[in-house]
Amino acid sequence: MKGEHRTSNERASVGFSLRRLKALCWKETLQIFRDPSSNLIAFVLPLVLIFVFGYGINLDTPVLRIGLLNEASGTEADGFAKALQGTPSMEIRHYEDRKSLETDITHSQIRGFVIIPEDFSRLMKQQSDTAPLQVVADGSEPNTAQFVGAYINGVWQTWMMQRAQDRGEELKREFSLEARYWYNPSANSRNFLIPGSITVIMTVIGALLTSLVVAREWERGTMEALLASPITRTEFLLSKIIPYYILGMVSLAMCVAAARFIMGVPFRGGPPALFVTGSFFLLSVLGIGLAISTATKNQFNAAQAALNAAFLPAMMLSGFIYEISSMPAFLRGVTHLIPARYFVSSIQTIFQVGSPWKVLMPDILFLMGSAAFFLGLTARLTKRRME
Amino acid sequence: MNFFHRIRALVVKELQSVVGSPSSRTLLIMPVILQTLLFPNAATLEVKNASIAIYNRDTGETANELVQRFAQCDAFTEVIPIHSQAALDDSIESQQAMLAVSIPEDFSRQVANGETGAVQVLLDGRRSNGAQIAMSYLQQITENFMKERAAEKGHAMPSETITRYWFNPNLDFKNFLLPNLVAIITTIGALILTALSVAREREQGTFDQLLVSPLTPEMVMIGKGVPAMLVAFFQATLILCAAVFIYHVPFRGSLFLLYSGMFFYSLSLVGVGLLISSVCNTQQQAFLGAFSFMMPAMMLSGFASPVENMPKWLQNLTWPNPVRHFVEIVKEVFLKDASAERVFHLILPLALISACTIGCASIMFRKKTA
Amino acid sequence: MPDAATGEVVIRFEGVTKTFKGMESPALESVTGEMRTGVITGLVGPDGAGKTTLLRLIAGLMEPDSGKIETLGYDPIVNAGAIRGEVGYMPQKFGLYEDLTVMENLTLQADLRHVTGKEREESFERLLTFTDLKRFTGRFAGKLSGGMKQKLGLACALLGKPKLLLLDEPGVGVDPISRRELWGMVEDLVNQGIGVVWSTAYLDEAELCGTTVVLNEGKLLFTGTPREIAEPLVGRCLQLREPGEKKRRLLTKALSRPEVSDGTIQGHSLRLTFRKGCERFDPKEIGAADGAEWVEVKPRFEDAFIDLLGGGPSGESVLAAHTHQIDQDGATVIEATHLTKQFGDFKATDDVTFQVTRGEIYGLLGPNGAGKSTTFKMMCGLLVPTGGTAKVVGLDLRHSGSQARQKLGYMAQKFSLYGNLSVMENLEFFSGIYGLTGKRQREKTTEMAEIFHLKPFLNAKTDSLSLGYKQRLALACSVMHEPDILFLDEPTSGVDPVTRREFWTHINGLVERGVTVMVTTHFMDEAEYCDRIGLVFRGQLIANGTPDELKESVATQENPDPTMEDAFIELVTGKEEPK
Repeated sequence: MKGEHRTSNERASVGFSLRRLKALCWKETLQIFRDPSSNLIAFVLPLVLIFVFGYGINLDTPVLRIGLLNEASGTEADGFAKALQGTPSMEIRHYEDRKSLETDITHSQIRGFVIIPEDFSRLMKQQSDTAPLQVVADGSEPNTAQFVGAYINGVWQTWMMQRAQDRGEELKREFSLEARYWYNPSANSRNFLIPGSITVIMTVIGALLTSLVVAREWERGTMEALLASPITRTEFLLSKIIPYYILGMVSLAMCVAAARFIMGVPFRGGPPALFVTGSFFLLSVLGIGLAISTATKNQFNAAQAALNAAFLPAMMLSGFIYEISSMPAFLRGVTHLIPARYFVSSIQTIFQVGSPWKVLMPDILFLMGSAAFFLGLTARLTKRRME
Repeated sequence: MNFFHRIRALVVKELQSVVGSPSSRTLLIMPVILQTLLFPNAATLEVKNASIAIYNRDTGETANELVQRFAQCDAFTEVIPIHSQAALDDSIESQQAMLAVSIPEDFSRQVANGETGAVQVLLDGRRSNGAQIAMSYLQQITENFMKERAAEKGHAMPSETITRYWFNPNLDFKNFLLPNLVAIITTIGALILTALSVAREREQGTFDQLLVSPLTPEMVMIGKGVPAMLVAFFQATLILCAAVFIYHVPFRGSLFLLYSGMFFYSLSLVGVGLLISSVCNTQQQAFLGAFSFMMPAMMLSGFASPVENMPKWLQNLTWPNPVRHFVEIVKEVFLKDASAERVFHLILPLALISACTIGCASIMFRKKTA
Repeated sequence: MPDAATGEVVIRFEGVTKTFKGMESPALESVTGEMRTGVITGLVGPDGAGKTTLLRLIAGLMEPDSGKIETLGYDPIVNAGAIRGEVGYMPQKFGLYEDLTVMENLTLQADLRHVTGKEREESFERLLTFTDLKRFTGRFAGKLSGGMKQKLGLACALLGKPKLLLLDEPGVGVDPISRRELWGMVEDLVNQGIGVVWSTAYLDEAELCGTTVVLNEGKLLFTGTPREIAEPLVGRCLQLREPGEKKRRLLTKALSRPEVSDGTIQGHSLRLTFRKGCERFDPKEIGAADGAEWVEVKPRFEDAFIDLLGGGPSGESVLAAHTHQIDQDGATVIEATHLTKQFGDFKATDDVTFQVTRGEIYGLLGPNGAGKSTTFKMMCGLLVPTGGTAKVVGLDLRHSGSQARQKLGYMAQKFSLYGNLSVMENLEFFSGIYGLTGKRQREKTTEMAEIFHLKPFLNAKTDSLSLGYKQRLALACSVMHEPDILFLDEPTSGVDPVTRREFWTHINGLVERGVTVMVTTHFMDEAEYCDRIGLVFRGQLIANGTPDELKESVATQENPDPTMEDAFIELVTGKEEPK
């Protein structure tokens, strides 16, 4: 008996043990499934967010509400008004006086208006560079305002061409620009926003959830018991990484499936590319979350730090909504340090282009590096002792 | 009189614990500073510093001049000359260029012959929004070029509409963003503060201490709400000042109306926060709960993209979202000098949300404590 | 029991010092000693004495600033790997995962220590039988009672058959019966040759240890057997029997005499410790009744501890002097009738009925999880009863308005003031919510600061205070508005014995002024201060009476003078048998 337990203790004391790792991973998994708030974050929030991003954020204006005041009376003015009304991308509202136009644009009921002036027919007869129209857009929504200007000008140009043709005149354009949107022919913003949003979702799972786990062990006093047992640092770290890695990959698969089959975003890449980039990105954010958790040892501070260090950069500086190239040089420099940036660019490529390894490789290399850096940092911060 | 003394004691205590420790002081101010510095610079839908690839197969003068004009556009800081179709494709695929212009060999000849010369522009669909905007810059350049040439030859060109942008004549994205920021940042502060402070008192056992005192649950709720509202006002004022004095966003409306809106908005946040805290037992739950509410609420507020771009059903679903209404209030008061009547109209839903959430929270509180 | 001197030395420490960042005084200051197999070594001291730090240093969880430690012959830092498999360590909160079941916790620990196959089956069988947890293997650890958690923690620490067992305050929050059971188990282990260190803040627990290492404020106070520590007090501890009514006033008077260094109430009697070389005085000098007589009693560990610290506080309560006199109308002010609270299918409080009249100290005594706190919370209106009524001054506190609550003071079980506020801010806050304003508020806060010796810390964050001062502040906050009724939930838990004496001096003083006190405690000796005690076990009130009545009810031929703990165990086991 005495000899037997000696051997078990000796076994326990030497280096890495798969048995211990398995036991710790299993424990972590049970804890994830038994805590309602981590279930909420791991399974419910990703789907909610993908729908929020998918339906709620749309940079293409589906239908613009435009006010129209036709002060002129004449067939020409009516013709243009009709042309405006016939445009499917605009919802034209008719007004009788300027006052109510102004009120409605102030109240954001319409995003712009067109006034056809009284002397429209007279002005049309004169040669001019500018159309005899008064066009106003609501500048408080700059993105929409640009569309308003462009759409109305588009209608005007088409109408003028048509008018010239009808009169047998020729209005010649010397050259024209033909735009072709690669990968996303209809230039649908959802097609890039939804894949990008997966980055944010993965950051929430990877960093926010894990930022709490080590801190929780400290706060609940279980860390002390673990430290007194024969586990090694590697086993401890792996037991925190593996379950959350699997959880993150499952939710990645869930999000991609939802994007592809429910939201109808084309998915042209292959699962291997998704797996490789997803893995390294997830490992990087897990590293950030765990490093924060290990350093703070306090759930409240950890969550705050994770919010500021992982979540905000993933939202703002990853290029997911806002163009990185448009940022000031300093911030552009900062974005190079943010793993989310590389994952946004590669997941957008995987969704819309396919799996061009040549293109993905730089991103993958960086993500590998950042995963190694943050996990290494966690390892450095993880002490085998208290204090 | 006693009522106010007790409420004052509660409020003073709450403020002392917020301002008292360096770490919570930091949490109060740092995010505001960080975000007012970060957001306006990072969040822009304008296109600057973009790169453009140009594959000019034509040696003619017209083509050269067009290329010259494209390259001189301020939005493009990097021009990549390309010499083969494959390289052109590659520049888009590898995201070196946001857009690539390809001028066919016979372009100048076509123009000289009176035909319409077609220039192909390839755009990266992965960044379709930026690409679209960049495309409009190209269009503008081409348009101007044509006009100049027409003027030289004495030809007439079809006229153009000129759009005037009200409320933000230069379509400065900062003018849009900063008012939004007032709403977004105060949301985080006030919501987390209320949601967590009750949970923290529960965890630390001080909540029982309050319940056995002569304070009524309503007084406790007021005691939690007022400090959160004060913090929200404080943070909002900070950003407001930053917007006006640092970023020079014109403030056209009435401060009184803005703060009236602010009052009801922070009231509704307090309601939501109290509701969350009334169902949560631990700080972790409260934090994750507040986060789960905040994320969708901010995304669906019209800050990331206009509410009217959402599908109709979703637009209706955003009615109970207080952020949406306040984003509207700040933007309209800030930029459009909204009338009192209009602000009142926008405050109404906020008041309704506050009444509902605070009502529910007080029922939940009574249920839990009773 | 083998002699302490004959066992094999398992732990040796010499000149060990450890200071934590931001702390003024070291947590441990050049502590030297050794621990052996063969006996249970008690590591004794109040909260903040440095017990946990020393255990952590021994287990290799921390590195000492200076000094040498040897655990099982190894340096615990250099040879950490070597001792990990040989040392069983049970941390203060037992180190259990509350969201895992009993079996899952055991399996995890077994895997961590590579206890597998047949060995595992045998260990589980042995430990589950040993700890009597077989019936609960599927239950979540968080749902276990304090005693069961502790047994599970012990079982986990025992996996892999360690040679040395370090138990950090295993007795906290555990009822005397479970504690005795555990003690028995640990003694078994000692007899098998395992070295055991048992840290405790309870001095009655220390009394049972084979040998002790006594710490106070990081310094070594004493090492040796409980008998050795009590040695100098033999003949100096006396009980004054039958002193008559007004025992509290008598105690105050006795304590103010120069001969007396320390004293407590024991039921109807007084128990006094005399200073070295002082003669006993005539009981009449302090106004005792005619029949009063001195009886020499055996000195306890606690007497010795207080003596080592230079005696207890004086018997005069300044607090009481500042409290208004309440008329003794003999009214029933606290009343529970058929009070019941059900959580799911578990009855936390089951048909409890009792009354407390004005000016009485009523103690609710019982193990954690017995329903004492639940009953207490229903009385204060913090919980809704499932059945029955809880009334204070004839009102149900849940429905009655602020006015009724204005009349009561409440001190929670666990420290519950605002840790991030300063002492002054806490005082101002609590006086504020009780409606004190202006000059009156300023006067009262200064007064409290003076009475409870808080003046030097007024601007310090409450979190930075030592436990004793925290509890003082908590008491100050709950009595500042001069309540008629005071609810105290385990007010002295973890506090050093001297501060405990001070607390009871104040409580006694307030009661003299007519304040009614309802108190819960699991210190058996504190129960003696109460006029009447309700014994709560498994949700039921199994006994109700004066301390002497309860003790007498269990007196037998073999044990004619039972202690409160004997009474407790006897009453509870008597209750258990018929099942």
